[in-house]
Amino acid sequence: MDLAINGKKHTVANDAPQMLLWVLREQLSLTGTKYGCGEGQCGACTVLVDGAPVRSCLTPASACAGKQITTIEGLEQNGKLHPLQEAFLACDAMQCGYCTAGMIISAAGLLHKKPTPSHEEILAGMQGNVCRCGTYPLILDAIAKAAKGAGHAA
Amino acid sequence: MLHEFEVERYELREGPAYDFTPDRRDFLKLAATGIFVFLALPLEAQESGRGRRSGNSAPSDLAAWLHIAENGRITVYSGKAELGQNIRTSLTQAVAEELRAPVSQIDIVLGDTALTPYDMGTFGSLTTPQMAPQLRRAAVAARMMLASLAADLWNTKPDEIQLFEGLAHSGAQQATYGELTKGRKLTQTVTADLKLTPASAWKIAGHDLSKLNARAIVTGKEQYVSDIHLPGMLYGRVVRPTAFRSTLTEVDTTGVQAVPGAISVRDKDFLGVVTTEHAHLDRAAAAVRAKWNTPAQISNAELFAHLKETVETPVAWKESKSEIKTTAAYTIPYIAHTPLEPRAAVASWENGKLTVFTGSQRPFGVRTELAQAFGIPEGDIRVIIAATGSAYGGKHTGECAVEAARLAKAAGKPVKLVWTREEEFIWAYFRPAALIEIQAGASKDGTITDWQFHNYNSGNAAIRSPYNIPGQVSEFHAAESPLRQGSYRALAATANHFARECHMDELALAAGMEPGAFRLKNATDPRLRAVIEAAAEKFRWGRPKTREGQGFGMMAGFDKGDYIACCVEVTVINGKIRVDRVVQSFECGAIVNPLQLKNLVSGSVVQGLGGALSEAIDFAGGKILNPRLSAYKVPRFRDLPEIEIVLLDRKDLPSAGAGETAIVGIAPAIGNAVFHATGKRLRSLPMKLS
Repeated sequence: MDLAINGKKHTVANDAPQMLLWVLREQLSLTGTKYGCGEGQCGACTVLVDGAPVRSCLTPASACAGKQITTIEGLEQNGKLHPLQEAFLACDAMQCGYCTAGMIISAAGLLHKKPTPSHEEILAGMQGNVCRCGTYPLILDAIAKAAKGAGHAA
Repeated sequence: MLHEFEVERYELREGPAYDFTPDRRDFLKLAATGIFVFLALPLEAQESGRGRRSGNSAPSDLAAWLHIAENGRITVYSGKAELGQNIRTSLTQAVAEELRAPVSQIDIVLGDTALTPYDMGTFGSLTTPQMAPQLRRAAVAARMMLASLAADLWNTKPDEIQLFEGLAHSGAQQATYGELTKGRKLTQTVTADLKLTPASAWKIAGHDLSKLNARAIVTGKEQYVSDIHLPGMLYGRVVRPTAFRSTLTEVDTTGVQAVPGAISVRDKDFLGVVTTEHAHLDRAAAAVRAKWNTPAQISNAELFAHLKETVETPVAWKESKSEIKTTAAYTIPYIAHTPLEPRAAVASWENGKLTVFTGSQRPFGVRTELAQAFGIPEGDIRVIIAATGSAYGGKHTGECAVEAARLAKAAGKPVKLVWTREEEFIWAYFRPAALIEIQAGASKDGTITDWQFHNYNSGNAAIRSPYNIPGQVSEFHAAESPLRQGSYRALAATANHFARECHMDELALAAGMEPGAFRLKNATDPRLRAVIEAAAEKFRWGRPKTREGQGFGMMAGFDKGDYIACCVEVTVINGKIRVDRVVQSFECGAIVNPLQLKNLVSGSVVQGLGGALSEAIDFAGGKILNPRLSAYKVPRFRDLPEIEIVLLDRKDLPSAGAGETAIVGIAPAIGNAVFHATGKRLRSLPMKLS
């Protein structure tokens, strides 16, 4: 089975069907996408499929064939970080960092759909992502900062 | 004594008895040249006071604490573990400060039993008050040697040498630290009399510094334990009993043979599977047919009566002669740490020697557990703490490391074991449940005259009231815990602060006093008064309510060298509690990194919201009934109040650890605010208006 991930074609085994999360992590060594709960409740496993955030722990890999998958490893372009990655750095929006990839990818999906979201729209878009260290205020700052930058650019 | 660290029983209970073998690693053989700094003091003198089992003394350890290589790189070695609390950054700042070198010149190796000096564990908020000064002393020793080398080189006196920005200077001459070592192998020992740079003169410490590994985190490159992949590695899973305290009665593993690349492992009551492909793991585990015998066990409905019935020491109450008297009981349920990365380990055996990557707060303790489990010397085991998706006190033990090692031994290849979220909920340990009974009294002028405080089961951290109460009785009573329990961020300080600070409001009400004034009347410790005043001022405490359902509450407290006060505004509408605004003041001596401290204190408030309002483990018959994030509610974005943190920087005081105490404030402050809003006193966590 072929999967298009971060702009590259990957051929993966699918004799025993698996969720996309495990194909990314264990077959392709794309370990930036994390396991947190296995029931789509924590958001650590979020990836973009055709630009929309999905929970890869609940998404069969086979359902993504023919679609464009973006993981945290694919956000950086030509050595240049994505504005959200820059904003998370600028705001120090992390402690242990285990949720960070899922946060950034969920936010990227949100900004893809709505480049300058309201505070309420950010909350709605991020409600499914858990940070156990409690860095939510800084994550909100980072998303607002990245959105503001995008707004100016546009 | 108020400021004495109190030993927490559950830090002592976790894991097997320590039996350390001095492990002499000869760094001089490993690395060729440079300056090595060793510790001359016995560890006992360095790490006194907490968590040590009687009868055992720690070994003097000959591992180097600091190395300056010929290329100028400075490497610091510490047995502590980075779990998100940001010690990688703060310890690097401390060393950079004393070595007069830029942070970018320093590497820090943490939590590797083969490379770092012995350490008891990363708990008790001890990294900042104990490990940082230790590394600072090592850096000062190195700095003195560098000055002496430079003096020799330029034929002058060491006190003529100036060190800054990673270079030694004398007049127009300068040399890098690496150049000064000149291909030699030099050793220096740390002595107790080395003078550290005072906080008032800090140039690197005491200032904001972003997390050092942040770029790796935002790009997904940071390798957490569960991300590690070794050549030839297989995947493991443990087949668990259906309930606690169960024994295996029957097992049939023949079905496993039908799963490609799968084997089953049985060792007494331990059952597991190993597969070559991750894709086959679920099927292999499901193919093991096991029957378990489970004894009857109590449910959470019977919990607090059970704790009272099984108490080890009788609780004695003294008759109160106070003019105003109050009594109340408070309950705190078991809660789960729920670190976002569940327990994980990657184990490999080579020629009878074992290497385990895992996420734990006690690398050397895990090594001991492995040595005992497999009957091999600790010297044949290396435990490496990889980046860990946090712990919050929940990863002191090494069960996952032991399990991974057992599976790897059976498979003859490296095995990765990552617990599922359900396993993490069920088979890790919980924050102890508590029943707390209080009898208090005051005179008519609001002076506290009686304070009797009894904690059943949860622990003695911060059990003593920090208010001025001569003759206070504050006792912890061990009881039989139906669930496995252990350390949790701030330990019992959260339960003890909840009960005490709620009851302070109850006593204030009975005495007819305003809660803020009542606290200040009974607080003589100037540091306690300072945090109360700072929080109250920022919050504008004392202003009248402006809308229906609004309520204000406060608390104050002390633990592990930290002072805290918290003011909260809530709105109660249709029986639902919404936290609108939190102002928390915090004082932990000289601040090492204001940016990261604020993040840590704010994060603690958010995490504390869960224990205050939503988190509780539901159990019956030896089973956890809500072992999923869909059933066990942790704080999310929409639960976030407006949070303002007020940091008090006391450069004249030693820095205390700050990873724990900031969590104790939010629950009692909410409880008091809900009372202010509704007149209903909530004495059980999580707080709900029914």
